[in-house]
Amino acid sequence: MEPVLSVRGLRTCFYGDNHEVRAVDGISYDLHAGKTLAVVGESGSGKSVHALSILRLLPEPPAKIVSGEIIFAGRDLLKLGRQDMRAIRGNRIAMIFQEPMSSLNPVLKVGEQIAEAIILHQKASPQAAWAKAVDLLKKVGIPHASERSNDFPHQFSGGMRQRAMIAIALSCEPDVLIADEPTTALDVTIQAQILELMKDLQKEYKMAIVLITHNIGVVAEMADDIAVMYAGRQVEAAGVSALFKDPQHPYTRGLLNSIPSIYACKERLEAIPGTPPELTREFPGCPFVPRCPVAMERCQTQDPPQFHLANGRMSNCWHQEAQSQERRHRYKAATES
Amino acid sequence: MSATEPLLEVRGLKKHFLVRKGLFGEKGAVKAVDGVSFSVMPQESFAVVGESGCGKTTLGRLILALEKPTEGEVFFEGKNIYDIRRSELRSLRRDIQVIFQDPFSSLNPRMTVEQIITEPFIIHGVYKDQAERKNRIKELLDCCGISQNHLSRHPHEFSGGQRQRVGIARALALNPKLIIADEPVSALDVSIQAQILNLLKDLQKEFRLTYIFISHDFSVVRHLCNRIAVMYLGKIVELAGSEALFNDPQHPYTEALLSAVPVPDPDIEKRRKRVLLSGDVPSPLNPPSGCHFHPRCRYALESCKTLPPALTEAKPAHWAACPVLPFKEKHSLAALIEQ
Repeated sequence: MEPVLSVRGLRTCFYGDNHEVRAVDGISYDLHAGKTLAVVGESGSGKSVHALSILRLLPEPPAKIVSGEIIFAGRDLLKLGRQDMRAIRGNRIAMIFQEPMSSLNPVLKVGEQIAEAIILHQKASPQAAWAKAVDLLKKVGIPHASERSNDFPHQFSGGMRQRAMIAIALSCEPDVLIADEPTTALDVTIQAQILELMKDLQKEYKMAIVLITHNIGVVAEMADDIAVMYAGRQVEAAGVSALFKDPQHPYTRGLLNSIPSIYACKERLEAIPGTPPELTREFPGCPFVPRCPVAMERCQTQDPPQFHLANGRMSNCWHQEAQSQERRHRYKAATES
Repeated sequence: MSATEPLLEVRGLKKHFLVRKGLFGEKGAVKAVDGVSFSVMPQESFAVVGESGCGKTTLGRLILALEKPTEGEVFFEGKNIYDIRRSELRSLRRDIQVIFQDPFSSLNPRMTVEQIITEPFIIHGVYKDQAERKNRIKELLDCCGISQNHLSRHPHEFSGGQRQRVGIARALALNPKLIIADEPVSALDVSIQAQILNLLKDLQKEFRLTYIFISHDFSVVRHLCNRIAVMYLGKIVELAGSEALFNDPQHPYTEALLSAVPVPDPDIEKRRKRVLLSGDVPSPLNPPSGCHFHPRCRYALESCKTLPPALTEAKPAHWAACPVLPFKEKHSLAALIEQ
């Protein structure tokens, strides 16, 4: 099946006076219709910048997409002009943000903000757009939708604002929804409601979702595939159960070991020592080396490339080199015979 | 003082904030803390868990004597902390210290790490001897995992985790007996969060500390605490030992909270049943009658709308403010996972 969205070797840098920050330094994945891909990483790992790069929302300068391709509906989004990009943004690819208070306009009624997107992209009349906005609010579970659509954002609670954001994102029935930490600002019971809503709507609209989060629990609940990011790079990619059962990259292993669970009480958490590196620094080897428990000499000097493993998995760790070579030989032997 | 005497005892504590509804509207009261009682034993880790707006932070501020309560008392080592002289209050503040949530705003940006950690010594007039003071600072840095070379740095030169370590070192500086930690790890990344949680656990053992841990995160609390109080709209709805609370919750709100926490294991996630709560937390200005939780409760009876439930001992040492759930059949966390 053809993927809806393919990201290939995306690199985004920010340029300061005399330094560059490699915010995204290589991420590649395929996203299929109706599936959820989770991009996981800690703050500063480049997961949000990657999302903004897809929608071309970063101000240039200081930002610059240095290389890569973002293939959507047969076209490379990085080569599109402003007009073409506007027709896609918010229409075919929509986004919801972490902080629903700051991403809604405080002086416009909630209904108007939903109708705005419908009028812009679907050339609907204001009346028709308003009626659709009320329908959408109903669909995302706002009680008394026709009255509440006249409310301003401050009259909504945090959970309701995020529901309104989702209604805006869904207004044009997008093919791809990018959700950047959609539940991080919410309480757990409200988070559970919003995640449930997103799952239901995904089924109904057959949307593909790129879910950006740092919460491993949310990933386990929502994702089909996972891309793990560290210091701007994608260090591992795998299906959800494969990744949780058998993480390949030492960072992924460390990350999974360091989270406390409500189902098991460990005496001590296995924390990853140290802190993530500064992105302004040029590292000759693997960026995870200073914190890595299994680092070899080679890791200090040579940057590991992406190794392709069985079942479509990928890992950026020298420890997987042998595994990947063996697979290549087997593949070669099989195709030759 | 015998070991069975509580270090801290909170009795019928209430804090109501008066607010005006609208510019000229009638006066109302937000009952941030509304009749809370519990006691904490020495060297215990006691957690107060709840969602935003449930009053957990106000409770922490009351115990620190940063707020005057509307009603009720707090006894620390048998002394009522609201009824002592100023000089006594000062020495009390040596014994009760606090770690704040946000290490970015709780450290003075103009002070160096050394100044931040020395400030409590100056205020309380201890470690006056320079050599002694240097030693104490070195000790604190060592046990909190901060490098000696960082003493002359300012907070902005540190990452979030490092800053939280400085905050912890400052809290430990005066050898406190009780530490109130208000969401100490919620601003940190997971890999750093684990470091800080391990540190807090180690320090507790080493210095025989008592913790009151204020948090919204059940998985963090389970890791660190042995007794948990769950708050909803200013009241404690359940109070029990950690294992008992997780394995056999006796209040529907606790049950829903536990089932809402996403579990980092896709297999469990696929099999488990969710208790989804409908609606939002009601406004504390105008809480529902009877049991505050009844509009969102799946077990609610007609009587729940009028009768406010009291916190009663549903099982030995397991208190819950629900007259319904303890009599229902098995509803434990494990039962929510289909086998």
